[in-house]
Amino acid sequence: MTTELTSDDLQPVAGGGLLHRRLFLKSGLVLATAGAAGHAAAEPPAKLSEDLASPSWMHAPGAPFTPYGKPSKHEARVMRSIGANKDLPTNGVSWTPLEELEGIITPSGLHFERHHNGVPEIDPAQHRLVIHGLVKQPLMFTVNSLLRYPMQSHLIFIECGGNSNAGWHEEPIQRPLGGFHGLVSCSEWTGVPLAILFDQAGIDPKATWVIAEGADGAVMNVSLPLKKLMDDAIVALYQNGERIRPENGYPLRLVIPGFEGVTNVKWLRRLQLTTEPVMARNETAKYTELLPSGKARQFTFEIEAKSLITSPSAGQKMFGPNIYEIKGLAWTGRGKVAKVEVSADGGQSWAEAALQEPVLSRCFTRFRMPWNWDGKPTVLKSRATDETGYVQPEREMLVKERGRNGYFHYNAILSWGIDEDGAISHVYA
Amino acid sequence: MSTRNACAVFAILFSANAAFAASAHPAPRLGTPMTAEDATKWDLSIFPDGRGLPPGKGVAKDGKVIFDTQCASCHGDGGRGATAEELVSIEPQSLKEEAASKAIGPYWPYATTVFDFIRRSMPAGAPGSLSADELYAVTAYLLAANKVIGDTDEMNAKSLPAVKMPNRDGFEWVGVKK
Repeated sequence: MTTELTSDDLQPVAGGGLLHRRLFLKSGLVLATAGAAGHAAAEPPAKLSEDLASPSWMHAPGAPFTPYGKPSKHEARVMRSIGANKDLPTNGVSWTPLEELEGIITPSGLHFERHHNGVPEIDPAQHRLVIHGLVKQPLMFTVNSLLRYPMQSHLIFIECGGNSNAGWHEEPIQRPLGGFHGLVSCSEWTGVPLAILFDQAGIDPKATWVIAEGADGAVMNVSLPLKKLMDDAIVALYQNGERIRPENGYPLRLVIPGFEGVTNVKWLRRLQLTTEPVMARNETAKYTELLPSGKARQFTFEIEAKSLITSPSAGQKMFGPNIYEIKGLAWTGRGKVAKVEVSADGGQSWAEAALQEPVLSRCFTRFRMPWNWDGKPTVLKSRATDETGYVQPEREMLVKERGRNGYFHYNAILSWGIDEDGAISHVYA
Repeated sequence: MSTRNACAVFAILFSANAAFAASAHPAPRLGTPMTAEDATKWDLSIFPDGRGLPPGKGVAKDGKVIFDTQCASCHGDGGRGATAEELVSIEPQSLKEEAASKAIGPYWPYATTVFDFIRRSMPAGAPGSLSADELYAVTAYLLAANKVIGDTDEMNAKSLPAVKMPNRDGFEWVGVKK
């Protein structure tokens, strides 16, 4: 197969210069990528201090071994951005810098955080998980005992129900992508299927709900349907191969594939089987969506299909007319992403993007699309469809249905405006 | 360990894994049995019908003193909101309005939730530090400030779950049937 582009290759498949995804099959095809404005990779220094053919690091021993590796100092800008209450810095969030990452796995140190009252310093030797309520035999587990159970691993995204809530604002917020859509991350979570532990306690047939509670300073609790927990929830002990980071629930986290973040209770201490929800603050006053009708949606557990273009994205810059790779992430709490379409003409026409393998249930899916940008102003969008046939809505449609006071579960199509200078901004279009 | 014992261990491990893949059942049983009474010590749940509420009582007048000293610095004077959210709203309004208040009075469906949340999470600097009487008093203050109960109404394990919040029936369950 040739690496030369033919006129056929450059035949657009949709408006604005979108090219066919099969172009990725061309070996050695080089696509341009928008760069982050103002960082080193985007603008190399005018004068180089090293002889590139024989740089100084080829003529000296390198650094010694390290017991636990860290990213290069040249990547120090790639950090979570923090938004917390100024009077109570333990209540807030930190966002994953989605625009700086590739592939589908979020490094554990960059997984988003939402704490209601900080990260507890838990001694695993003095932490217990209690299962009680409508069971034949209440049980208490040590962390070490759970480590001896058969485990399962799942690649699972977790998205905060409040992610992207700036989308409800009247004016489009101008921040790097992760700074308003970064309350979503994807990890390999490993732990004990909850069904095993519940079966050992002996479920009373009357039980239909489970109240899950954490051991943090907010003693955060939520009510969950027992059926879903029996289907696929795990008591996770590991994240991306190592024990869960403190800020993500060490030593135990309830992981419920496809359910909104708040239900994935961190620092899990107690599971109580009952016949009804407890009506906790975080399932009534918060994490509910008030509609224009005056009624509010409650127990909106499942994350609906969503996608976003990570590059080009707000704050980055295009480097003139060229063939670019548009890339992004898509996910759905209802199973697999079936397709992602991209538009380069503000939604007038769409073409299907390439989905990178693996495409897994309730996991990030990476999509890519070749694009021949002619240098003219335009608007880029992506639209996910999940395997149930659900299609990610346009913002106008979502706002019409939900109003702007719902705050949670914003999953509308995201639009990037590109101007004639190649600057990229968030637009409602 | 003798060879024979090692083989036996392997056989058990193998069969356990094979069975686990199929039915997810044969796993070690490592939970320590608890009595129902022991489990009660762990139980912090308070249900809408009042199950879980401790003995005690309080009125708004006493609750205001606690609120002013321990809550108002974040929630604002009278609970009208500051760096932490608004808890009190007394202006007549409808939840259909574009920027409708989600304070306790107009939005929260159950009065027990107020008591429960303060007990488990507040005050944020020292969660779990208020006595049962103090919790009933602060809860009474917030409900009275929202005009949901009278200024002198006593809140206790019986009267609190009997309070009917204005928005009790304002929620539609999405992910599960009622």
